Amino acid sequence: MSDCRRQWNREDELPVYLAGPITTGPNQRKSYGMFTSAEGACDSTTKDYDNCAAGRRGTRTPRSFSRDRLLDYAENPVPEAASEASEQGKVCINGLLIRGGRVVNDDRSEFADVYVEHGLIKDVGVNLTVPDDVRVLEANGAMVIPGGIDVNTCLLKPHLGCPPVDDFFLGTKAALAGGTTMIIDHVVPQPGDSLLEAFERWQASADRKCCCDYSLHVDLPNWNAGVQDELEVLVQEKGINSFQVYMAYKDMFQMTDSQLYEAFSFLKDLGAVVMVHAENGDLIAQEQSKILSMGITGPEGHPLSRPEELEAEAVFRAITLGNRVNCPVYITKVMSKTAADTITQARRKGSVVFGEPITASLATDGSHYWSKNWAKAAAYVTSPPLSPDPTTPDHLHSLLACGDLQVVGSAHCAYSTSQKAIGKDNFTLIPEGTNGVEERMGFVWDKAVAMGKMDENQFVAVTSTNSAKIFNLYPRKGRIAVGSDADIVIWDPDRTKTITSKIQQSAVEYNIFEGMECRGGPVAVVSQGRVVYEEGEGLQVQQGSGRFIPRQAFPDHVYQRIRTRNKVKGRQGVTRGMYDGPVYDVPAMPKYITPSPSAKTSPTSHQPPPIRNLHQSNFSLSGAQLDDNVPRRSGHRIVAPPGGRSNITSLG
Amino acid sequence: MAERKLLPRDNDEGSLLSKLGTDSPKPRVKFGGMFCNVEGAFENKTLNFDSYNSSPQSARRHVKTKNEEKCWSDTFSDADSVSNFSAASERFPRQASTCSGRSTFPGLLSFKLADRLIIKGGKVVNDDQSFYADIYVEDGIIKQIGENLIVPGGVKTVDAYGHMVIPGGIDVNTSLQAPQLGMCPADDFYHGTRAALAGGTTMIIDHVVPEPGASLLGAYDQWRDLGDRRSCCDYSLHMDITRWHDGLFEELESLVKDKGVNSFLIFMSYKDKFQSSDSQMYEMFSIIRDLGAIAQVHAENGDIIDEEQKRLLELGITGPEGHVLCHPEEVETEAVYRAITIAKQANCPLYITKVMSKSAADVIAKARKKGMVVYGEPITASLGTDGSHHWSKNWAKAAAFVMSPPINPDPSTPEYLSSLLSCGDLQVTASGNSTFSTAQKAVGKDNFTLIPEGTNGIEERLAVVWEKAVATGKMDENEFVAVTSTNAAKLFNLYPRKGRIAVGSDADIVIWNPKETRTLSATTHTLTVEINIFEGMEVRGAPVVVISQGKIVLEDGKLDVTEGSGRFVPRKAYPDYVYKRIKARSRMADARGVPRGNYDGPVHDVISMTKSVPATPTSRMPQFPGKGPLGPARNLHQSGFTLSGTQIDDHIPRRSAQRIVAPPGGRTNITTLS
Repeated sequence: MSDCRRQWNREDELPVYLAGPITTGPNQRKSYGMFTSAEGACDSTTKDYDNCAAGRRGTRTPRSFSRDRLLDYAENPVPEAASEASEQGKVCINGLLIRGGRVVNDDRSEFADVYVEHGLIKDVGVNLTVPDDVRVLEANGAMVIPGGIDVNTCLLKPHLGCPPVDDFFLGTKAALAGGTTMIIDHVVPQPGDSLLEAFERWQASADRKCCCDYSLHVDLPNWNAGVQDELEVLVQEKGINSFQVYMAYKDMFQMTDSQLYEAFSFLKDLGAVVMVHAENGDLIAQEQSKILSMGITGPEGHPLSRPEELEAEAVFRAITLGNRVNCPVYITKVMSKTAADTITQARRKGSVVFGEPITASLATDGSHYWSKNWAKAAAYVTSPPLSPDPTTPDHLHSLLACGDLQVVGSAHCAYSTSQKAIGKDNFTLIPEGTNGVEERMGFVWDKAVAMGKMDENQFVAVTSTNSAKIFNLYPRKGRIAVGSDADIVIWDPDRTKTITSKIQQSAVEYNIFEGMECRGGPVAVVSQGRVVYEEGEGLQVQQGSGRFIPRQAFPDHVYQRIRTRNKVKGRQGVTRGMYDGPVYDVPAMPKYITPSPSAKTSPTSHQPPPIRNLHQSNFSLSGAQLDDNVPRRSGHRIVAPPGGRSNITSLG
Repeated sequence: MAERKLLPRDNDEGSLLSKLGTDSPKPRVKFGGMFCNVEGAFENKTLNFDSYNSSPQSARRHVKTKNEEKCWSDTFSDADSVSNFSAASERFPRQASTCSGRSTFPGLLSFKLADRLIIKGGKVVNDDQSFYADIYVEDGIIKQIGENLIVPGGVKTVDAYGHMVIPGGIDVNTSLQAPQLGMCPADDFYHGTRAALAGGTTMIIDHVVPEPGASLLGAYDQWRDLGDRRSCCDYSLHMDITRWHDGLFEELESLVKDKGVNSFLIFMSYKDKFQSSDSQMYEMFSIIRDLGAIAQVHAENGDIIDEEQKRLLELGITGPEGHVLCHPEEVETEAVYRAITIAKQANCPLYITKVMSKSAADVIAKARKKGMVVYGEPITASLGTDGSHHWSKNWAKAAAFVMSPPINPDPSTPEYLSSLLSCGDLQVTASGNSTFSTAQKAVGKDNFTLIPEGTNGIEERLAVVWEKAVATGKMDENEFVAVTSTNAAKLFNLYPRKGRIAVGSDADIVIWNPKETRTLSATTHTLTVEINIFEGMEVRGAPVVVISQGKIVLEDGKLDVTEGSGRFVPRKAYPDYVYKRIKARSRMADARGVPRGNYDGPVHDVISMTKSVPATPTSRMPQFPGKGPLGPARNLHQSGFTLSGTQIDDHIPRRSAQRIVAPPGGRTNITTLS
């Protein structure tokens, strides 16, 4: 993390163009947004072009900056693409000019060309001077946006031992097809497994199969001292800065509030982002057994046993814990209106909390659980469940547009129908997960931007930039700027496409968005500087080309506020003279030591009342007091028999 | 519900007053409320005065009253749990019936003159309306209400001119005998109820706090014994469930059905001592609902508190201010929210004890707007003072404020809570009275977690509510009666015996002088505790005369109580006020499954998969000591899935269309299924 700090502090060495966006952080939008007051608006156009030009002509610092960064990550497998690119002869092949597009970042849009070399963006501006033999991609006035970042996928998460049908290859292929150029996948160790081993297993699998850059979250299946050591290693050596804890899945992953408190405190000290799967697992377990006993075994039992109140309750609790610990909380999979509202309210009160709706909650609703077709109903099973309220997607989009929710994930975890059928007689066994990695960008455009709720800049923010900031990938990812990775999408807002499982990349048989029409889609996708998708030519992905992107701890976007609050919120006791009045002699202090470590267990055995050990009392009335020398004490001395009930009202 | 049936009969008689005692919760809308619509408003006045003035009628009315009295006892006897009710309060129905046997009131009733009173000239204030009338009390029961009452001679007259006559307060949250760290509170049943009477409260409901793991019935008997011997006013009991296990079900059942307890307190706080987990709460709520009782919760997140306590002690903060710091408002709010969520799932009525903060009150108000059956109880301390005193330099004073949830340091809290109380978002005021002497509090002088928790408030409650809400114009006198007495009586099924001035109700009456001003202080209060947390607060409104069970216990500033005169008042299950909605909802709430043909597609073979996972699921089991089986059963030999054989719905025609011939475990595109 210290390296990270140092780099940011060197901002004066950075090109003028980059210096601003990096450091101003979340507020840039205001300074360049289209609703700024007159002066800013007039200035910015001229100024910016100047700056761009300066950056181009000026020092080579942008490159050295990124070199630095690459060196930092040298312990990671150097991607073939990048290494090839570094060979002098192939520069031209990798050179790529995106011409005639409108570059859309989260803060502003401008007409500019983008020149890409060595997998990095070399130049942004008009009338760029580039080598002659570069490949040219004509944008024809379409939008050029930073590639999407999908921060929630589970491409290797086993359910009852079987992995999803979409593995890292199929999943990332689908991601690229949809305009997403980076994923952050969840490492899900089973309770008792080593986190490091699980991490390595995931990384190995992803390195072999991924077609786009990826990073990893690690889920904490349980909390104990061993986990803490592993967490330190993961954060400080492995480049992981986000961990998921579970409030659901009783007897599997669920943690008690005490454990959550400890985990939050520990992760905060490490500078990580705490992600929470927020559902009240205790109540779910109760409801599940109730509903099974009522004879409901189909997928409709899933939403019935996980009503949206339980999600909202857990979100509320997670935020409370986060506030107490002063730790940033990231709520994964916001599926219902009430949960989203809870997050909104907490943000109004100043909590550092982020909410992530997913493709499924943004595009469809939970009424399908009652479908007569078992396979269809089961395909929708995910946790928290899709809310049966059909107005949910609209509401979530509105909150996304106004910034109350920040990030769009997909929670892509696709199981085949035969895998889902494991739970054909018991909905609690249905593997949980829906598709969505491919459709994510499209639906946000269709339901929010095309409807006028959101502008294109906010679209870039929620699909890419915000997640890059929260998870400390910014400005390498999530922005089209000189020095950033060349993960670029050319987006056509007018393209219309009907979602169907027949033309999708994912291997899952049942697409939950089947038949939905979607405006907006990628015309071309550039990942690591290579064109991987171009309309008419199809996908050209290379298995294993994805690099692992390590992430530094203490992301600024999240931790700046936390750090300040830490300083401000020091607690102090009251200095007062020692109490010297009579002290009641406590006869017996019955010590209850609840045998089980977690209060969440239900002790069914009748515990006998503990025996009172009268010798345990350590209260004493005799002996000198610490403050015998304090003068005010004499005035307060009360001669009263110990243990007697004497009226010492004069004390007050 | 039984009272409802009486209404038609009453109507024939045309007297307004006969309805007073019997009409259930909503007379306000019907008769004489100031917002009632036209016809009622006009009729009312004439009718009223008529029935009050015509003296020949009053004799007749008296007979009617007696009829009604009969019905009253019928009311009790046709309900299901009569036996215990009349047994426990045998005095009341039997004497009532003997009285109604006599045709008139001849002066020859010479015995027990002290038991007969007439309260003259006061303004009778109920929760629905106020009117001027005299009240005649005999044998601890209100016999007549009206003007120019005909009463036997030699009856003691209580002058209430210029004052208000209100039903005695009901304090639904006291812990007069609950030990902490083995210490009993400084004010026990005797001192506590004495103070209650001095402040205008004529009934308390005390919490029975059994040792965790001990028998509830045993603790109940202990409390009953103490209460019967020591209490000076009527009392009833809540039962606290300090540690839940399945074996408690029979005890709960017997408490509800035989012992007259219809409310149970559950703790979400006090980790490793009283705290219940969410699962346990759900189980308890379900049982409590089935028994027709009310679930109360002490709402604080014990897990967080426990962690924060450790942290603060590590920081070296040991004084009473640590108590507030480790019980932040959010922790209360969170627990209230969770309790409401769980209660909603279990469809159980919920009562939040001790609402101490603005945000907790807001959560309750919001939940009520969404239709939850939830009630909130601010207490004297949260209405009358704030928690800034925890930082007092005087340790003894700071420690006196320690209670859980803590008194909020935000000084605007009392105003806010009294506003919510006025608009009906909060319903009941209580005191949470549990006092410990300074010497007892000093047990925690070096560690705030050991300070016994509890403040005074039983005596000051009515005055504080009057001062904060009525005197400031937030609520009217009728609402005052509602929040201090009537709502509590309705919630806990004491209505209309308590909480109302009506013919047939218990004669628990307070004559309230709204103009008197006094200063609260430890030197003048009735409790024995040395420090009064309201020290120096000036309040308007004070009881002039307090009548409990028909006897004057406070007059001319003098208390005259009899130890052991308090009766245990049993409460029946299924209070109407609470359970009408719950009953309707449980009829509606049945979830139904979707009837669909059996899935007959390929099913992934689970067995082969588990081999790829190094750690077998069963080896994980010991990670969770004391846990039941895993949610999804992973023993693959138990799997009941099969693809062969006849299906239940073989006869359903649409099934054949869905049959898919596909190898099990194969990845087949069955999108055509839809």
